[in-house]
Amino acid sequence: MSTRTSTPRPTVLVGATLAVAALTLTACGATAAKDTDSTAAAAGAAPASNLQIMVPNSPGGGYDTTARTAAKVMETAKITGSIQVFNLPGAGGTVGLQRTVNEKGNGKLAMQMGLGVVGAAYTQKSAATLNDTTPIAKLIEEAGAIVVPKDSPYPDITALVAAWKQDPKKVNVGGGSSPGGPDHLLPMQLAKAVGIDPKQVSYIGFDGGGELLPALIGNKIAFGASGFGEFMDQVKAGQVKILAVTSEQRIPALPDVPTLKESGIDLVFTNWRGIVAPPGISAADKQTWIDALTKMHASQGWKDEMAKRGWTDAFVTGDDFGTFLKAQDQAVAEVLTTLGLAG
Amino acid sequence: MDNLQNLLDGFGHVLTPMNLLIALLGVTIGTAVGVLPGIGPAMTVALLLPVTYGLEPTQALILFAGIFYGGMYGGSTTSILLNTPGESASVVTAIEGNKMAKAGRAAQALATSAIGSFIAGTIGTLLLVLVMPQVVSFAVSLGAPEYFAIMLVAFVGASAVLGSSRIRGFAALLIGLAIGVIGIDRVTGQQRMTYGVAQLADGIDVVVVAVGIFAVGEALWVAAHLRRKAAEVIPVGRPWMGREDWKRSWKPWLRGTAYGFPFGALPAGGAEIPTFLSYMTERKLAKRPEEFGHGAIEGVAGPEAANNASAAGTLVPMLALGLPTNATAAIMLAALQGYGLEPGPLLMEKQPVLVWTLIASLFIGNTMLLVLNLPLAPAWAKLLQIPRPYLYAGILFFASMGAYAVNAQPFDLFLLLALGLLGFGLRRFGLPVLPLIIGVILGPLAELQGRRSLQLSGGELGGLVGGPVAWVCYAIIAVVLLWPLGRLAQRAWSARSGGPDDGPDAGGGAGGGVGGAGADRSASPTSTEVTP
Repeated sequence: MSTRTSTPRPTVLVGATLAVAALTLTACGATAAKDTDSTAAAAGAAPASNLQIMVPNSPGGGYDTTARTAAKVMETAKITGSIQVFNLPGAGGTVGLQRTVNEKGNGKLAMQMGLGVVGAAYTQKSAATLNDTTPIAKLIEEAGAIVVPKDSPYPDITALVAAWKQDPKKVNVGGGSSPGGPDHLLPMQLAKAVGIDPKQVSYIGFDGGGELLPALIGNKIAFGASGFGEFMDQVKAGQVKILAVTSEQRIPALPDVPTLKESGIDLVFTNWRGIVAPPGISAADKQTWIDALTKMHASQGWKDEMAKRGWTDAFVTGDDFGTFLKAQDQAVAEVLTTLGLAG
Repeated sequence: MDNLQNLLDGFGHVLTPMNLLIALLGVTIGTAVGVLPGIGPAMTVALLLPVTYGLEPTQALILFAGIFYGGMYGGSTTSILLNTPGESASVVTAIEGNKMAKAGRAAQALATSAIGSFIAGTIGTLLLVLVMPQVVSFAVSLGAPEYFAIMLVAFVGASAVLGSSRIRGFAALLIGLAIGVIGIDRVTGQQRMTYGVAQLADGIDVVVVAVGIFAVGEALWVAAHLRRKAAEVIPVGRPWMGREDWKRSWKPWLRGTAYGFPFGALPAGGAEIPTFLSYMTERKLAKRPEEFGHGAIEGVAGPEAANNASAAGTLVPMLALGLPTNATAAIMLAALQGYGLEPGPLLMEKQPVLVWTLIASLFIGNTMLLVLNLPLAPAWAKLLQIPRPYLYAGILFFASMGAYAVNAQPFDLFLLLALGLLGFGLRRFGLPVLPLIIGVILGPLAELQGRRSLQLSGGELGGLVGGPVAWVCYAIIAVVLLWPLGRLAQRAWSARSGGPDDGPDAGGGAGGGVGGAGADRSASPTSTEVTP
């Protein structure tokens, strides 16, 4: 009870409360760390305390949920000591990105990020880029979905694309993010894949699913593009139809919905979330983060959370994640440059 | 009347000692965070989420509902007493509320806001029970053109509050619109007027603008005059609402509710616009319009009712469709998912007990808030007797803490000070504050919806006209703007009956200044005196 009454105060105080609450955990973590070999203990066993994950947008959002869940799992499973999760929102995540880059060499800090930050770094013309950061791990991903209202004239993705190609400007597409965000990148890359000039695409950005869904249900837009989880309830209620998913394989929750590839469109698009660290951190610090997250990924607690929240596993660490990040960065840069939003 | 039966069952579930305790905790926390500018119910609920996983889903929802309603109450307390609105929805309350407090009528202002909130919250929650399905299908049918038309109505209404000098009123509105432009443009994703300052990219929060201009601006103003002017002691006045206050409050309460609930239910409605509309309506309908600007109780009663009714309205799309239309609702939905529940159109069917318990707990929370706040009103009012240097130091501390708490960035403090200087300037040159705030809130919304309508129509202007709701809005605008013109023309006609050929000419000339001419309709009793 006492923790609960003290939590409503600002983030800072919440952090403090969490820190106090976690003191006991830290003690356990320290004992566990003694088991590892002594050379690693100098730098590597330090994760037992004072780790921080920065969330570059506001509490309650997708990045926030991911970071807090990961921190909770790592603490409960005693993989690390307490982890302080704090929010530094601003400019699509680029305020946080700048801070991460400024914290050069700080091995205790990591930033929660994802595809949205990749786009924002371009649209916001951020001085700091993701290439400056140290990639740690990709955690999860969510497939996109192409969704139409229930009484849409398009029975399948082929019909939709055919109509779209005929007159791109007449077919309005809605998404839950501003230009540069995942829901904007998806239709743009789709357009490119089917041979439509992205510049011709009439994209209407809504403020998240809460605004996008009414526009779909109310027949204001021809189709919507967003993470499939955004639409599941409305699909079950028969208010919207998903024409295609953008993942490599079909999604277990939607066994009847084809992928884009099956429909003859060469595009795989997922909205992923991962973790990066500041530039110039020591190899030991980097390994510490990777080890902690790898252990977390293997834990039952993380599996349970993923199942509960409908996340898809996409765990990749270190240099492999770095390669992935570079490829994503390039694809995003290409689309946004075509649109005149980057450069 | 299945719903009523369900509701009674819901009460059965809420009325356990533990649940009541949780509801009490929720409303207390909610009131506390409502008081602090910058920390809203949404953030609180988000930060409390991890803690609540130990509770039952029902209990967590009761807690959140309490925080949600409590936040709406708390925001008005500081608005009235300290001119420091805690939430954007209580910005309008500060305008008349604080004037009332300075005239020694703080207790009455607090009471009318508490009772108005209670009544609006209760009616709103009842409406939630009775008309949910109908409201939802209507709300979803509205699109960008309709929203744009509604915003235009609000803008035209804003002209009623331009004050006695229209040029100053428009200047203030323009400053507000300019502040509203700052930040990332939602349509193109590009930054505007941020001058490379990343912290400005998300725009300036309305609460920070209001707190800077109201509270910090006033503190600076008082500080500048403190030495020359003897400090006047604020009279304490009577502790409770008198007969007259009741008589003047009840209609605004009901009208405020009528504005608030539908706006809350709209996916892009929100709580700010109905508070404006309510304020403007009360100002027009008031028997004593001259009291507005000097502490008219109607100007507190209406907007306060509107913001609470809107809070109830927000739950309509959330419970019926699983659509979160504001940040708090979004996080409450996320909480449901955390429990493995599926919020969405099927929630009512699959989890009726949960939904009705939540609705019942809203009634309980609302009643608790009234019981908690009403006796406190006279006690709060005494706060104003603190000597002014200390009082304003306290206000400044409070304002700074709120501004800092949002992002924990020192930049926000400088921003607050800069806005405070702007507020000082406004006072110095006699610019009214309300048009500025309206510009900050309505400007970006109207721009977004207007541009979205044009996007949807492929750039054709016809896209702005939309459906029946938009037609009604444009008709209202036409009437409001043409009515005074018609009267003016009529008067001119009868004044110099000899010159009929002048008539159409005069009409055309005045038509050019539509905004200005329509502007002073409400002030028409005074407008004759004001033409210096």
